[in-house]
Amino acid sequence: MTEFSMFLGLLVLAGFGFVLGRGRAMSLVQGDSRRLHSLPHYYGWAVVIRTLRPAIVLLILWRAVAPLGHWGMAAVLVLAMAGLHWSLPRSTPTFRARNLVERGVMGLLILASSVAIATTAGIVLSMLFETRNFFAQYDWRAFFFSSNWTPQFQGNSDLGILPLLWGTLYISFIALALAVPVGLFTAIYLSEYASRRHRAIVKPMIEVLAGIPTIVYGLFALITVGPLLRDYFAQPLGLGNSGSSVMTAGLVMGIMLIPFVSSLSDDIISQVPQSLRDGSLGLGATRSETIRRVVIPAALPGIVGAVLLAASRAIGETMIVVLGAGAAAKLSLNPFEAMTTITVKIVSQLTGDTDFAAPETLVAFALGLTLFAFTLCLNILALIIARKYREQYE
Amino acid sequence: MTPHSSSLLHQNTNTARRRAAEVRFRAYGLLAVAISLAALLVLLLSVLSSGLGAFRQTVLHVPVTLTQTVLDPSGTRDLEAIKTVTTLGYTKLINAALVDTITQAGIRIDGLTAAEIANMVSKAAPAQIRNAVLGDIDLIGQTIHVPLLANGRIDGYLKGRVTMETAGRDSKVSPRQLQLADAMLAKGLISKPFNLAFITAADASDQRPEAAGLGVAILGSAYMMLIVLVLALPLGVAASIYLEEFAPKNRWTDVIEVNIANLAAVPSIVFGILGLAIFINFAGLPQSAPIVGGLVLTLMTLPTIIIATRASLKAVPNSIRDAALGVGASQMQAVFHHVLPLAAPGILTGAILGLAQALGETAPLLLIGMVAFVRDFPDAPPAGLFDPASALPVQIYNWTQRADPAFAERASGAIIVLLLFLLVLNTGAILLRRRFERRW
Repeated sequence: MTEFSMFLGLLVLAGFGFVLGRGRAMSLVQGDSRRLHSLPHYYGWAVVIRTLRPAIVLLILWRAVAPLGHWGMAAVLVLAMAGLHWSLPRSTPTFRARNLVERGVMGLLILASSVAIATTAGIVLSMLFETRNFFAQYDWRAFFFSSNWTPQFQGNSDLGILPLLWGTLYISFIALALAVPVGLFTAIYLSEYASRRHRAIVKPMIEVLAGIPTIVYGLFALITVGPLLRDYFAQPLGLGNSGSSVMTAGLVMGIMLIPFVSSLSDDIISQVPQSLRDGSLGLGATRSETIRRVVIPAALPGIVGAVLLAASRAIGETMIVVLGAGAAAKLSLNPFEAMTTITVKIVSQLTGDTDFAAPETLVAFALGLTLFAFTLCLNILALIIARKYREQYE
Repeated sequence: MTPHSSSLLHQNTNTARRRAAEVRFRAYGLLAVAISLAALLVLLLSVLSSGLGAFRQTVLHVPVTLTQTVLDPSGTRDLEAIKTVTTLGYTKLINAALVDTITQAGIRIDGLTAAEIANMVSKAAPAQIRNAVLGDIDLIGQTIHVPLLANGRIDGYLKGRVTMETAGRDSKVSPRQLQLADAMLAKGLISKPFNLAFITAADASDQRPEAAGLGVAILGSAYMMLIVLVLALPLGVAASIYLEEFAPKNRWTDVIEVNIANLAAVPSIVFGILGLAIFINFAGLPQSAPIVGGLVLTLMTLPTIIIATRASLKAVPNSIRDAALGVGASQMQAVFHHVLPLAAPGILTGAILGLAQALGETAPLLLIGMVAFVRDFPDAPPAGLFDPASALPVQIYNWTQRADPAFAERASGAIIVLLLFLLVLNTGAILLRRRFERRW
């Protein structure tokens, strides 16, 4: 007997249970369903639940301990049949079938909700476990404070996070330096100055930028932006001759973040009540003065939150930096040099050929945990700032 | 404050300054919008210009005589015996056919060696002929007209990537071969038809960029989207219904809400690490399989679907719930029979947008092992979900890592295919929203 046929058997028993349970309840009231406590189909479902529940519990418990085997599958089916036999006589008109079924559905809903929590727990636990293994083999002080990143095949590597952290922050800084002014001014123009028709045309086009996958931006950086910057800026200025550089990745990441900052700022700016604007205009201010002195200060907590979220996104970005920033880990101020980030090294260490238990591979988990903690703090900070300083206008 | 004279004839300097500031401010806004749109335009143009070439492929129109003595010496038409003839045998036939065709067309190029003539076709061409013969054994003895894939460099020449001077420095092609290509083009022996194989064929090795296709990647992505739809949609809707309609409003549910908002903002590479640690290391699922990719993408899409579903459920007014309770429904009946159908368009829109996001994700798939070269198509589900496969964005990444510049063109072409899929999904979502949206 295979597992598939066992499941088929359970399904057949459930089907029988449904038909018989409903049929029995209906026959006990001579077909007059008004005399039943619940709608007829609930009686069927109640029998199904009572048939399957003990069998499934046994299945999960048995499987957690040992593989099923023929005895196990037979036991499951026997338990299901016993459940069917026990529940059928109890399918009477006064039996509160709907309550049982709804309790069962509620259990399933709660189970689904717990998947979300289980995901976070899984993320943290899986990384913690392997990070602990890593720190057992490599000194945590050297990891956090060393400024060399040189993994070696034969062991004895230098695995310091500082050059990677520097690359990450440098690229994110350039990306935000492009995205925040452009995004903010785009949002201001579209919400305050543009006519409704222009806004209806331009806004979706900017949303298109948001929907483009990051691999496309990565290829754009590799094929177009990188050579462009190298040929027209880096080489003439003598600052470097690599197509992959911090500037390349930073600029392309900035382009990716523009719609993110723009749409978040737009939402926040439109939440500022019109009465504030009217009051300012009534006192004789021009529109730009109103925006600069009244609207933006009122929207500032939300805008700061949006910038922090954009920063969190920039720090966690992978494909653009993999293709656009290169793999060289160094601490340099030259933006036209190739500098790598935490995410690039996570990918390269986990997809390389090194043995899984070696510190060179396990360092990726430590990097991932650091990244997760960093972005978590940024997200929570954004949430706190937005909640704490938000003005209540109504 | 310095007193300014008020005059109707001369503008106050202060006012002039403020007006100028206003004009400047507005100009900055317009400049920002222009920068955004220009970036979009440059991006799309760059992708299109480098990728459109991948949809046409250079082929040679050379009739190949399938000599029986080479392919089926015993004359028995035994399939197993014919299968033992490897592509080497077919290579000889192709070389002979090439030389024949060139001499018959009267093309003479000085210094052209036999090796250079043989190198005009792709290394995948013998396999093309072999597959044709194995598909229909009766072709043996006849002369067939199968368009043979040209060498990657010849293809590059016809598309402008390779020129006479680069050929002088290139070890894989010589200027004489390019002259031959020109002559054959003039006689109609070479053409560049539409390349459907780009979308249907499997990936090819580094030596044969001309034969590389997206078939396996598209199938792998389709499997993963199927898994995401089947798993994430019910789980997300169920979780949202509980959180929105039934959960008590206490500290614990507040933590869950913050948790879900955080999950939506976690970098995708962290989900890849989760997938590697739990699905591959702990649960022992096969690497690079669509099932693992689908599970990882499900976890990534779940917060998006939960947030969209909660917004749709919140938008249904309370009067609907009250009315249902008023005619005797239980709370669960009110939700499932009345609120959920009304919120369905918003939920579906959110699900489609979540799917579109999942389709473009690369980083988590790289970490679960999809960097490998996958040659064969995975089987049909459910068994095929455990076969190694690729995905569209991962295939793009793989191609960018290869040295041959022809792969850069193919990567851009694959991006065009990906963007087309995303366009279809997003347009579908927008049309759905427009058609079924209700204003309460």
